[in-house]
Amino acid sequence: MATRSNAVPFLFRPMRGGRLLKHLMLAGFGLLMLYPLLWMISSSLKPEELIFREPGLLPSTLTLENYSAGWNALKHSFGYYLWNSAVITGLSVLANLVACSLAAYAFARLNFPLKKLWFAIMLGSIMLPHHVTVVPQYILFSNLDWINTIWPLVVPKFLATDAFFIFLMVQFIRTLPRELDEAAAIDGAGYWRVFLQVILPLCTPALATTGIFTFIWTWNDFFSQNLYLTNSDNLTVAVALRQFLDSSGESSWGPMFAMSIVSLGPIFGFFLAGQKYLIRGVATTGLK
Amino acid sequence: MHESMSDSLSVTAGHRRPPAVNAHKKREALTAYVFLAPWFLGLFVITVGPILASLYLSFTDYSLLEEGSWVGADNYVKMFTQDDRFLTSLKVTTIYVVVSVPLQLAFALLLALALDRGLRGLSFYRSIYYLPSLLGGSVAIAILWRKLFGVDGLFNAVLAVFGIEGPGWVSDPDTALGTLILLHVWTFGAPMVIFLAGLRQIPQSYYEAASVDGASRLRQFRSITLPLLTPIIFFNLVLEVIKSFQSFTQSFIVSGGNGGPVDSTLFYTLYLYLKGFKSYEMGYAAAMAWVLLLIIAGLTGVNFLASKYWVFYGDTK
Repeated sequence: MATRSNAVPFLFRPMRGGRLLKHLMLAGFGLLMLYPLLWMISSSLKPEELIFREPGLLPSTLTLENYSAGWNALKHSFGYYLWNSAVITGLSVLANLVACSLAAYAFARLNFPLKKLWFAIMLGSIMLPHHVTVVPQYILFSNLDWINTIWPLVVPKFLATDAFFIFLMVQFIRTLPRELDEAAAIDGAGYWRVFLQVILPLCTPALATTGIFTFIWTWNDFFSQNLYLTNSDNLTVAVALRQFLDSSGESSWGPMFAMSIVSLGPIFGFFLAGQKYLIRGVATTGLK
Repeated sequence: MHESMSDSLSVTAGHRRPPAVNAHKKREALTAYVFLAPWFLGLFVITVGPILASLYLSFTDYSLLEEGSWVGADNYVKMFTQDDRFLTSLKVTTIYVVVSVPLQLAFALLLALALDRGLRGLSFYRSIYYLPSLLGGSVAIAILWRKLFGVDGLFNAVLAVFGIEGPGWVSDPDTALGTLILLHVWTFGAPMVIFLAGLRQIPQSYYEAASVDGASRLRQFRSITLPLLTPIIFFNLVLEVIKSFQSFTQSFIVSGGNGGPVDSTLFYTLYLYLKGFKSYEMGYAAAMAWVLLLIIAGLTGVNFLASKYWVFYGDTK
């Protein structure tokens, strides 16, 4: 026991009875970190005029007025934008799961000419700044008449352009014993059946990580959605939220905070549900 | 069925090289290309094609509204000699990266050390510290930031308790960039989780041996933890530099879409966006994109070269 506690890195190392102090510091720091968020939640429940009078967290008057005002503040109800975001996000998740797992299986298990070269190119494309391709892509999509549709946001994902997830799944599939594939092959399974019935079911953790991160990134994405969705009937949550800053000027903070909270809700939900996969994904591949 | 049966047999009997092997190899390669078909299509149509197109466009004055013509290196020359806003955006982004990335990584490392090994409630703290990393890139948080540091925002309300009257932090050109740096530092959770994973890789026995030899904790940190952690620090550094150089949403929302006040938060990618998609100078934007690519490739290369002098690859892996 003594050696074990000696091995703790020196920082914040508890002195005698210092463990409590350490917890106080960590919790205090955590509270400081989350204070802006908590303040936003609390402000969204306060009547407008109280938001800046009270920097404290506990509202003296509770009201849901901001939520109903915010829900109906823009051209469409906020539910409309939530639905648009949900469609794009849902399709993106599906697309990444399908396209990236297909590619990952080929890289991890099959042999083909120039495999090393293609794999290196795939890795390189992860590091490529998105902005280098965005101008020609925009021209391409606008020639296809795809501006103000969901296709520029979704079709690239069906073509496995989020190579990060291919890499994630390749790494995962490589840890699965090859004997499983071979046993299935001896039983008469072809490549597709090995992929669908042996590899995919065992990949659940990697698929979950991919799904959750795709969800969060797509939901949060502002750059592409703002670029391709300009018609006020097509907006997603991210782009619609920004309209609060334009339309209401600086005065109506309450409704804007309320809808900001609503927009973060799904991310927070996925965070709670998928923490294990999130943490593992970050720790192994450096995803955000 | 029969076909795949014979295939699998040839796998198990592969080293005897019956004539079926070649046919099998062919079939395997063909299957691989089918599995990779979506990726290949994406690679050429969505990635490689546009990269080359953007290189070509960067030598033209193409705009979406009218056909461009070849202008040689004009865009590149103009950028560095006549476009003050471009140079400003380069400067702003560089300050942002140089200040916020080391700060963020320092916080991440500090907290990872504090959370490592056997601490009760570790996963709870880890989740709390990690949460901002997930939310930090969203429009909602950028809006919150704009309001936190406004003239009558929370930050000034707290200062007022101490009798200090703060400025409008986001509307003052001297402090606006600072609020964005703070926002980046706030998202230290992701690198922290990577550090935590790295700390777990260090064998406990090293510390035990060191403490038997009477090494102080500070000495243990300097001689064991830090050297063994340098590959992870390097990984985080490369990743965060690349990522933060491309920050967009925060500066767009906090500045109201124009990089103000007085261009003090005009990030590189924001200026690129304004050039390409507001004034439709797409040739110019493409040239900026290529400069960005070269900068990022250059920074990554410098990082890799410098890593020889401070990154320690032991035999622990």
